[in-house]
Amino acid sequence: MTTCQACQEREAVVHLTQVVGEQVTTIHLCGKCAAERGIATEGEAAATPLGSFLAALGPAPAATESAAEQCPECGATLADIRASGRLGCASCWSAFAGPLRDLVRRLHGASLHVGEQYRDPAEGPGSPERRVAHERIRLREALREAVETEAFEEAAQLRDQLRDLEDE
Amino acid sequence: MTPDPVLSWLGETGPNADLVISSRVRLARNVAGRPFWGRNAAPDRERIVRLVEAAADEIPELAPATWYRLDTLGRPGRLWLHERQLASRELAGLDPVGRVRSGAAVVAGETAAVMCNEEDHLRIQAFAPGFALDRAARAAERVDGELGARISFAFHPEFGYLTGCPTNVGTGLRASVLIHLPALVLTREIGKVLQGLSQVGLTHRGLWGEGSEVRGNLFQLSNQTTLGKTEAELLEHLGRLVVEVMGHEARARQVLLRDAPMLVEDRVWRAWGLLRHARVLTFDETLNLLSGVRLGIGMGILPRRDWMTLNRLLVEAQDAHLAQRTGTGLDDEALPVHRADLVRGMLDEEARG
Ligand SMILES: [Zn+2]
Ligand SMILES: [Zn+2]
Repeated sequence: MTTCQACQEREAVVHLTQVVGEQVTTIHLCGKCAAERGIATEGEAAATPLGSFLAALGPAPAATESAAEQCPECGATLADIRASGRLGCASCWSAFAGPLRDLVRRLHGASLHVGEQYRDPAEGPGSPERRVAHERIRLREALREAVETEAFEEAAQLRDQLRDLEDE
Repeated sequence: MTPDPVLSWLGETGPNADLVISSRVRLARNVAGRPFWGRNAAPDRERIVRLVEAAADEIPELAPATWYRLDTLGRPGRLWLHERQLASRELAGLDPVGRVRSGAAVVAGETAAVMCNEEDHLRIQAFAPGFALDRAARAAERVDGELGARISFAFHPEFGYLTGCPTNVGTGLRASVLIHLPALVLTREIGKVLQGLSQVGLTHRGLWGEGSEVRGNLFQLSNQTTLGKTEAELLEHLGRLVVEVMGHEARARQVLLRDAPMLVEDRVWRAWGLLRHARVLTFDETLNLLSGVRLGIGMGILPRRDWMTLNRLLVEAQDAHLAQRTGTGLDDEALPVHRADLVRGMLDEEARG
């Protein structure tokens, strides 16, 4: 256990590595002393990694925000995202594409993904093997849940579907 | 047989093993149509684990798959997973105030592992010994390909792989190398080097990931951005800078040899002597001694030896590993004694060949 360098009392939970001039120093602080110095503890920092950054962006113009005030899928608002630093679901990315595009450009220096293009096995033209593999996982998961919730009729159906799929 | 998940990288010596301990590639993925972390409830998280469970069976890189439910594991077990980098601090619930979240799980095979219900639904990671980013990337990408063929991932034509936090979006790829830079620290050049790296899109942290301090002169260097470059470009960029850093370290060693040969030699031999003979060792002291010994071997002061025992000690001499090995508790006062025993024992064993 490392003791807090400020109070010499509690366990240090914040370890700040700072580069000052040519020296790397690490400061160990407990949560209380860190908070007194305005340093978020790891837990808090992880909860809002972008909070201050998003806040710094300021409120987006009302015109762009009113178009999609809430994510239709998860109900998150832009204010929620600002506060938590996190998106609520994949649909948030579409619902708030405008402000997110700006943010992503600031963070990454670009806003267009140029890496690997993912093909969802559940849709579009894919190899039959891919679709079968995907369907098998879906059925197996559903089957397990049906058994656990004692939905036996549904489970029997799923089992048949799974068998058919494996016979293909 | 006791499984030794994702420690296969410790079983061989990789490229540039004198400086780079290991390479790691991590891919952040989320399941399509499921709420992200922070907006999901226990049943949602359980569903993620089940999807991965159903798929993992069929994936060679994850076989033989060992599952760890962190939400039912005691602190020693969770710390043990964190010590071998299989679970982040958050997932392992190691903060004094934090609790383990429901659905926190890890599935580990021999070369790759998946964290479930971390900040993203899936965090795929693969390791390789030494400076071998491509090898780690290939292993991670294989798991990604196999999982992505069985589970629908959240993907957007413009933003790429969608993540809970915008810092990971796009490729979702975070590559890192664990590198030992004692001469840069001794010559006080390290600050300049790290500052330079941060200006070209690299971040650095300690051995145990985000927020962890730098100990034992071990630095984890990784890419900062994940979008706007291809996976190959991101790896290439990091790789090129790591080569540069290795050059800086080599020059710093030459400076040490030129300006303070006796001082360095003394430091190295003291480190070796203490490791070989100490009866009580804290982990921090062990890390620093191992650093001295590594430096000594790299500079030709100590006889050449294989790096595997030294690498293994980095993992095995940690608290939870030691506690598990000796059947003691994490708070046992005898832990530093057990640690010194382990270090001497492993070095003896190696000497006997
Ligand atoms: Zn304090
Ligand atoms: Zn949403």
